[in-house]
Order: sequence, then structure tokens, then C-alpha cells
Amino acid sequence: MNKFTFLRSDRSNIQLVLITGTFLITISILDVFLNSFFRLNLISFLPSKVSFLTPFIIGMIGLNLIRIEYSGNKFLDILNKNINTSNFNAALTLLIIFLIFKAIPPSLSWMILDANISGDTKEACTGTGACWTYIKVWFRRFMYGMYPNEQHWRINTAFLLVIGLGTFGLFATEKMKKFLALYYVVIYPIIAFLIIYYLISGGYFGLEWIETGAWGGLSLTFIVSFFCLIFCFPLGMILALGRRSNLPAVRYVSIGYIEFWRGVPLITVLFMSSVMFPMFLPEDFFMDKLVRVIIAITLFEGAYCAEVIRGGLQSLPRGQYDAAKSLGMGYWKMHIFVILPQALKLVIPGICNTFLALVKDTPLIFVVGLAELAGMLALAKTNPKWLGFAMEGYIFAAIIFWIICYAMSKYSYNLEEKYKTDR
Amino acid sequence: MSEAIIKIQNMNKWFGDFQVLKDINLEVEKNKKIVVCGPSGSGKSTLIRCINRLEEHQKGSIVVDGTELSENTKNIEQIRAEVGMVFQQFNLFPHLSILDNCTLAPIWVRKMPKKQAQELAMQELEKVQISDQAQKFPGQLSGGQQQRCAIARALCMEPKIMLFDEPTSALDPEMIKEVLDAMVNLAKGGMTMIVVTHEMGFAKEVADEVIFMDEGMIVEKAETKEFFANPKSDRTKLFLSQIL
Repeated sequence: MNKFTFLRSDRSNIQLVLITGTFLITISILDVFLNSFFRLNLISFLPSKVSFLTPFIIGMIGLNLIRIEYSGNKFLDILNKNINTSNFNAALTLLIIFLIFKAIPPSLSWMILDANISGDTKEACTGTGACWTYIKVWFRRFMYGMYPNEQHWRINTAFLLVIGLGTFGLFATEKMKKFLALYYVVIYPIIAFLIIYYLISGGYFGLEWIETGAWGGLSLTFIVSFFCLIFCFPLGMILALGRRSNLPAVRYVSIGYIEFWRGVPLITVLFMSSVMFPMFLPEDFFMDKLVRVIIAITLFEGAYCAEVIRGGLQSLPRGQYDAAKSLGMGYWKMHIFVILPQALKLVIPGICNTFLALVKDTPLIFVVGLAELAGMLALAKTNPKWLGFAMEGYIFAAIIFWIICYAMSKYSYNLEEKYKTDR
Repeated sequence: MSEAIIKIQNMNKWFGDFQVLKDINLEVEKNKKIVVCGPSGSGKSTLIRCINRLEEHQKGSIVVDGTELSENTKNIEQIRAEVGMVFQQFNLFPHLSILDNCTLAPIWVRKMPKKQAQELAMQELEKVQISDQAQKFPGQLSGGQQQRCAIARALCMEPKIMLFDEPTSALDPEMIKEVLDAMVNLAKGGMTMIVVTHEMGFAKEVADEVIFMDEGMIVEKAETKEFFANPKSDRTKLFLSQIL
């Protein structure tokens, strides 16, 4: 018998190896757990440097021991296959577990255990943790900007109306389905614009007029993103088709447009739209700053959309064009019924990417004096009464943005599933 | 003799500097079935793709159903609607069901009411024996079924001429027969057909004339029996000895 038998892990001594290995891993993880959560050190009797590395070494030995091929134990096999395939993977597994244990207590105590949310002045925040009071007090500002408090119902109603109209497609009968594309591309944006203009901006029907400079917070994020999204998509589609057109004039205009807008930074475009653009306009011609910003972002993102859609168009085999042509379809019929439905289905992930980037680019409108969610944060953190709470604000904004973006990407997965037909 | 429905005179075509078709002269009468054969790269496919102007020719003239094809042809879509085509790679529309594949063009090009188009499509699918697959998507069908669906799709436009571009070349051997059967039935129905194929059995059975092409030229054109019994040129003899 080999004298190292007890260290050789195979099926013959599985019982012994399994018990030893599990014991060692448990010790190593327990040590880190106690250390980070209860500030206990099980192995404090060892010199500090050794004690620092011990859990890792013990854990590695344990994981090494239980790495038995075809052990017959289902759970063990899954474990070995997924996180314990080699020493390198075992080390990564251990380090990640340790890292999570180390990170939980401080963040937990800062965000929840030591945090304050009661009261409505800065003085209420006494603990060492986060001051959620700050978010609570400023919540309406973060949502609605400088819009007067008693008028907030107007924003809410407008949003509900726009969302309600957006779900129209779900209830459309077979007969109305034909016009859905027309509805979403042309009619819906116009109605949405009118609703938002008359209800939020006001000035008619006895509603108080509120200038766009007062709009802000999350509602402004939504307004800007919404209009940019629904306008930049058709624009991108036209540009993508234009770039592949046989007519040289159309093609070169499209290429020029796309390359121009992709070549300039968004922040410059925004500056130009608000500072330089009015200089070229006739004196009596007035265009609201918010409208100019929305147009600028739309034109900018349209170029990106165009390239994404063009990628989809190029991935279609030539046979699809041939087949459509051989059936007597002209350019528009061919594209509307055969080419675009397939190409757009292929570019859903890319389009979603562009749209997410767009939503996260909206904070840049702060440079022209429009304060959406992140802009309101920047204003709030410089308020003399509430200095020193930037961290809470940014975490709050991060959570909100994450929820929006995650919802969007989930929706895009759903669309992918919905339109999946085997090729 | 009836009137020629396709008339090709001195037609030449280049891809860049490479001349694919050289001085093609061809007349096809109504209800005639022509089989085009020849080695790969001889320009067979390009020839029939020129007939519905999926490829443009540079010299000579092509007259289809009384209309000359040229850059100035405004109603190219109308001509294509009269000329059905079946491709080697089927080219069904993968995002539409079999039935929708068949009704798309009749509804939007022929302006046929939806219901009528569906009835017509079911009739045509019945003829190629896949009416039970009408609700499926192309990706769920076998190659032979897809190709038969492609034939039905072209027939739904009620074309005057049918072009077949190697319809059986991408199929498994056991599926070739079902597609050929559908084509034989179509031929017996009196359709004008031009078929590019290597299936010499099919040629013997239905073709009125066989054309042999090599290096962009029509080397030999003869009645079917004559073509197989005494081919005139050496190149044809060599080809036939290899393929039969």
C-alpha cells in the first residue's frame, strides 16, 4: 500500500475523503464568515501573516480532496463539474466566496443597519450609515424637478395616458393590425407629443403654463428618452436603407449623415443645439430648448441605429431579395414585407444596446441647463443645507437607472423569443 | 407554329471583365419545356436569371411576353410577376408560415382579396401535396417539402412562364423524386418551362428541347430524342458520357 493513500481521492476511499474534505472547506469558510460578520478570529493563535492565508489554503486542500471523478454522488458531481474542475477554478470559487463575505457586512450596515430615514432635516441623520432622509425629502424634486408640487398630477396623468395609448396594439383586432405600424410610427408620437405639450406644459384649458426649464427629474428622463427612442428608430431605418440604395445621391447623403453624427461627441451636439443653433434661426422664430435637445439626440442616435439596422440587412442572404423580386415585388414591398421583418428581428439585441446607451446618455442634457434625474442630484448635493450626501444620491440614481435598463433588456429578450422562427 | 414567348437575340453579359454569356440566341414558344444543362460555371443559371432580370445583360436583346427588358423598362415588376422562379436554395421567407409565403405576393402584387388568395394557395399546396403543412414555418419542413412549397409559391402568381434554377441540386437524393414529380405534373398541365438541371431522366421525360451550354455559349440545341440519341458536338458527347 502506498503510504499517501489517505490523500489520494478516488472512489475506494470516498467516505473518508468526503468527510475530511467537507470538514476542511467548512472550517475555511466558517473562519472567514466569523471573521467578517462577528470580528472573531478562530486561528488568532497563529502569526498574523499565516493566519491571513490559512482559510484559503485549508479550503484549497479540502476542494482538492473532494475532486473525485464519477464519484456516484450526484451533488458532488455537479459541484465538481461546475465550480471545482481544476485548482484554478477552485481558487476562484474560494476567493469569490471570501470576497462576498467580506463585502456584505460593511455595505449592509451602511445601507440599512446604521442608516437613517426618519425626520426631514439633515440633523435627523445621526448614525454612521447612509442618510436616506435626504432622498425622502428630495424625492419629489428627483422625480419632477422644479415643477410646482401642486401640479404634479398633470405629469402623472400625461404619463398614464401615453402609456395607455401605447398598449393599444395589444387590443387591436385583426382588421386594425394592418395599421399598427402606421399608428406606432406616425400617429402615436404625434398624440403623445400633444398630450405632453398640452398637459405638462399647459397654458391652455385653464392650466397654468410651466416652462420647460422647470421640468426635471426622472419625468424629464422619461420624456427625453421616450421621444428620442420613437423618433430615432424610423430615422435609423431610412438611413440604413439609404446607405444601401442604388441611387448614388441617396447613398452618399446617408453615408455623409451617418459618418458626421457618429464622428461628433454628443456633448458637443447638445451645446450646438442650445447655443449655436438659435443664432442661425430668424429672430422671431422660437424653438423650445427641450425640443431642440430632443431633436439633437434623435439625430445623433439615429446614425447609430442606422448602422445597427444595416448590419441586419447585410446578414440576409441574397436569395431573399431574389425571391421577393421574382414574385414581382417592388423595392418598398420587398423591404416592408420580406427584408425588414427579418433584418429587424436579427438586430433586436443591437437596437436594445443602442437604446440603453441612449437612456443613459440623457444625463448629458445637464450641460444645457436641463436637470433630469442625475442633474437634479447634482443640484441637490450642492444645496448648502444638504451638503455631503452625494453618495446616497448617486446610489439612488444608480438603482433607478438599473431598474429602467434591466426592464428594457428583459423586454428585448421577450421580443427575441416572440419573433423567433427557425431559419 | 405558335408565337415565341421568350426571344433572346445576340445577348452578351459580363461580370466585370469576365464574359459569362456569349452571343446567346434562343426562342421559346408557348407551352414548350426547355431543359438547359452543362457543366458548372457555364452560365446556365445566369442565362435564366437574365430572363426575369435578376441579372442585367449588357448587349443584345431579351423580349419576354412582348416586352423588351432594358434599363428603361419601367414595368419590370409586372414582367417578373408573369415569370415564376424556383431557386436552388428554395429561398422561402423564414419569418412567414407556408401559407403566408404563398399568399404574400398575390395579395400585395396582384391585389387579390386575402380570402381568395388563401383558397388559391391551398389549391396550389394541394397540387404539390403539402397542404397539411400550411401553418408550419419553412424551418420546420424538410428540403423536399420546402422546394415544393417554393414551386407552389411561384404558381400562386399564376405565371405564364416558370424558370427552375437547379431545383433539385440542394436536396438529399431521396427527396429529389418528390420535387421532380411536382415538376412533371406541372409540365403535363401545359406550363411554359425553362429548367436548369442535371436530372437527365427528367429531361427525357418532359423536355421538348434540350440545350447544352459550355463556357457561356450554347453549344448544342436539339429535340430531346435527337439530343440524347446523336449529339453532334464532341463536347456534348463527353458531357453526356460523364453524366449518364
